[in-house]
Amino acid sequence: MAQIASITLLHNDDARPIIEAILADNPGVRVLNMPGAVKLDCDDELVVNRASVEARLGRPWEPQEIQLVLISMAGNLDEDDDWFKLSWKH
Amino acid sequence: MAPKKLGLKQRYAHMTRGLDWETTYQPMDAVFPYDTFEGIKIKDWSAWEDPFRLTMDSYWKFQAEKERKLYAVLDAFAQNNGQTGVSDGRYINVVKLFLTGVSPLEYQAHRGFAFTGRHLRGAGPRIACQMQSLDELRHLQTQIHTISHYNKFFDGIGEFPHMHDRVWYLSVPKSFFDDARAAGPFEFMIAIGFAFEYLLTNLLFVPFMSGAAYNGDMSTVTFGFSAQSDESRHMTLGIEVIKFLLEQHPDNLPIVQKWVDKWFWRGFRVLGLVAMMMDYMLPKKVMSWKEAWEIYFTEAGGSLFQDLERYGLKVPKYADVATEAAEHISHQNWAVFYQYSHAAAFHTWMPDKEHLDWLSEKYPNTFDKYYRPRWEMWAEMEKEGKRFYNPSLPQLCQVCQIPMAYTEPGDPTKIAFRCTEVAGETYHFCSDGCKDIFDAEPEKYIQSWLPVHQIFQGNCGGATVPDVLNWYRMNVGADNMDYVGSPDDRLWSEWHAAKTREAV
Repeated sequence: MAQIASITLLHNDDARPIIEAILADNPGVRVLNMPGAVKLDCDDELVVNRASVEARLGRPWEPQEIQLVLISMAGNLDEDDDWFKLSWKH
Repeated sequence: MAPKKLGLKQRYAHMTRGLDWETTYQPMDAVFPYDTFEGIKIKDWSAWEDPFRLTMDSYWKFQAEKERKLYAVLDAFAQNNGQTGVSDGRYINVVKLFLTGVSPLEYQAHRGFAFTGRHLRGAGPRIACQMQSLDELRHLQTQIHTISHYNKFFDGIGEFPHMHDRVWYLSVPKSFFDDARAAGPFEFMIAIGFAFEYLLTNLLFVPFMSGAAYNGDMSTVTFGFSAQSDESRHMTLGIEVIKFLLEQHPDNLPIVQKWVDKWFWRGFRVLGLVAMMMDYMLPKKVMSWKEAWEIYFTEAGGSLFQDLERYGLKVPKYADVATEAAEHISHQNWAVFYQYSHAAAFHTWMPDKEHLDWLSEKYPNTFDKYYRPRWEMWAEMEKEGKRFYNPSLPQLCQVCQIPMAYTEPGDPTKIAFRCTEVAGETYHFCSDGCKDIFDAEPEKYIQSWLPVHQIFQGNCGGATVPDVLNWYRMNVGADNMDYVGSPDDRLWSEWHAAKTREAV
């Protein structure tokens, strides 16, 4: 069975560029819409890239800013200057 | 040339390492007296990794921003009389149960992580525990602040700390945290950091807070999701602690496995209250408890335990029993509260036809067969003026402290009873899971403060139900009984009648 890497974000204007970046950068991502929140699931690994978010946002963005719109996640986290990655790969 | 900015990993290393020292006036074992007796072996504390790499300066910056966003919403909600715009007056009972049952746990978590952070000798986990301790205090404060607005209009809210320490069903969440805080620091970390935060907190905060949003409660969803953004960090701490302990020494595995088994089962029992909130108390429903269980335990927990297999850690004992019980637990809990709503600080009701149909659809294997006929009978009795209240006091499980109303795995028509004898006394349990926990540490659980036993021993205000309710500071006739006919119901109806009049 595939392990599911997952992130749940607020469904608001601040999170929209991040959601769009995830949809663009993670082929096969599945979307579960809930009132006020959106859960994005991907087999094995899910990544948020700084460059993709900045391209949509039009300003510099640090991956740590994701904490302002983050609700939940699943997977081992690897966070660095250029990405926020959730993964079950070793 | 301008100096190059440090990367996140380097910044984190500089801000979190080398801040502690080997003590010389006192031996380290005297300074950290609690981190060895549980049998956990740590070879290298510096192997601890915090993948969020959050340093204290960034922590303050992000938390301040979260608070600003939250308080803007709370102010707007109060200014615009948001309480009149929720889906139905029944909804407020969810908020009451949350404040009386869950918010005081935030305070317990605050105290627990402050203690644990003090008593682990590695600097990395101490910093993570310190941040979590501050988060938990923030959660309590924002929850009290948010719900204080509802307290201006609705019953059953104002005495929440007094009630939390006394009322029979609130001893379920209270004793859960008392148990964790009375354990050693490593067990506390597995209990709260891993089992509660990582495995189970999603079930409390995600679908349930989404439910608050769907029911028009803008203020609760905002504190809920603001808290949950901290929870993501807590979940990470929980998964890191388990990986750290399992990587440090092979002898840690059986100890950790025992704690995972225990705290999974304890957490599952406590979350039965949330199951009931989702299936019965939200007027507009987001998903059933069973669906939430499938997403957040079966699917998310499945991925996690597949990952932890490499350390030899197994799926918690009785996970299969819990998954089977997901078809029953919300119905069995609602039945208990309906029968005892004269002694509860929130209102109950029998679901209407539309709600019954929703339950039938969501629980095709169980609802029509085991629960719907009982609800229809009770609704019929209400119509005949014979509303059913249970006049007895229920027997409680010695471990989870829930009334013994759960059924046997595989046979939902038979109540499950287990017992153990210790020093000539018989102790009773609702399940094999709770009995195993008792049998592993009988000297701890024979001391449990069981509300029903305490009433019979004369420690709860007197011998009659009114005496006990008075001791609970329950405003009888307002806080308790059915929603229909309550002061909350009258207030809600007046607001809506006024809205209609004004619209004409």
